[in-house]
Amino acid sequence: MNGTFDPPATGKRVIPGTYVFDGDAARRGFAINEMCFSFNEDANRRAFAEDEEAYMERFHLSEEHKKAIRERDVIGMLNAGGNIYYLAKLAGILKLGVQDIGALQTGTTVDEFKAALLAHGAKLKELQTQGETA
Amino acid sequence: MSTIAGGIFTSHVPGIGQAIAKGLKQDPYWKPFFDGWHTVHDWLKREKPDVLVCFYNDHGLNFFLDKLPTFAIGAADGYRHEDEGWGISGYKPYPGMPELSWHIIEQVVHDEFDPTMCQKMLVDHALAIPVEMAWPDEEESWPFKLVPIAINTVQYPLPSPKRCFEFGRSVGRALESWPGDEKIVVMGTGGLSHQLEGERAGHINIEYDTFCMDNLSRDPEALLQHSSLDIAELAGSQGVEILNWIAARGAMRGSVTELSRNYHIPISNTAAATMLLENHETVLA
Repeated sequence: MNGTFDPPATGKRVIPGTYVFDGDAARRGFAINEMCFSFNEDANRRAFAEDEEAYMERFHLSEEHKKAIRERDVIGMLNAGGNIYYLAKLAGILKLGVQDIGALQTGTTVDEFKAALLAHGAKLKELQTQGETA
Repeated sequence: MSTIAGGIFTSHVPGIGQAIAKGLKQDPYWKPFFDGWHTVHDWLKREKPDVLVCFYNDHGLNFFLDKLPTFAIGAADGYRHEDEGWGISGYKPYPGMPELSWHIIEQVVHDEFDPTMCQKMLVDHALAIPVEMAWPDEEESWPFKLVPIAINTVQYPLPSPKRCFEFGRSVGRALESWPGDEKIVVMGTGGLSHQLEGERAGHINIEYDTFCMDNLSRDPEALLQHSSLDIAELAGSQGVEILNWIAARGAMRGSVTELSRNYHIPISNTAAATMLLENHETVLA
């Protein structure tokens, strides 16, 4: 499911494991993001669910976009310029929550991903008990 | 003269809306977050603000990437929330206050900001959910008039924290010079640390969040030492939504005190926070 992380061109700020949605990404991803924007309307969500290939064609998705969507490869979608705020609308159609998406991208199970979030909460409680934080 | 009574700062995780709809406020997962609102509810009942000026970011409901403003100010008679892709809608419509919107626009352009002026504007969960949290008991209609202000936290380059703070100061000057006698509350939504995408999804930074919360009332300019990309690295790619907090805090130009703070991890993938700050006019000698 996971592709590889393509670091941005030289001279750009690299934040490991993070996709800075800049102009290059916006250009690469315009079609996939425009398709996802259309999912604000229920009729469009149903049209996609009925025939993904035809719907992707309607929005002129690149082969890279289509491949990532066919394989439900979230990292591939990001590398192809998908923006997470827009991909979240696609995730809704696929019945994937943000923790499912998180697990897909980090190569963990959903339970492991949730446990990692809860571990941050446990750390916070510990700090609060020690009086070191809010 | 109008007064800026205070500011509410809070996360806007979509799941909060679903928790409200499903009646999960007392559920052990959600209760620690909802409990952080009691002081806000008491304060709002006491202060009864007439106007809400809300700084938030649009997630692809009103704006698409074809035309994406850095700062957008609503100037409509009213605003609606609509389906953002998950089939959730039905929040009560929000009455606008276009005369105040245009007064703010005049002031910020005078101060050399260049906002997009919106006589039609849908507002998304980043505004709808915090409003539901703050006023949970309003059955028929909202007790305030709304001026929504959207800041781009989606498409880089983002405005700098310093720019957002100065923009907020300019909005604050407009509110102070408004000749009406309305009581105004400002709101900044989003954050705190969280990241939805990439191999670093699930990133949370308690230390940075605590730094922000500790300084929000007493020294907000401390938050301006980082660039937007620095904040993305520190707080996660959606942690940059704190730009909305920074702008809202900028609009509070008086003497500011922290009345309450709630910080809870996790709500969905987010380190969730709610803060209430009071604003007292600085008396000029």
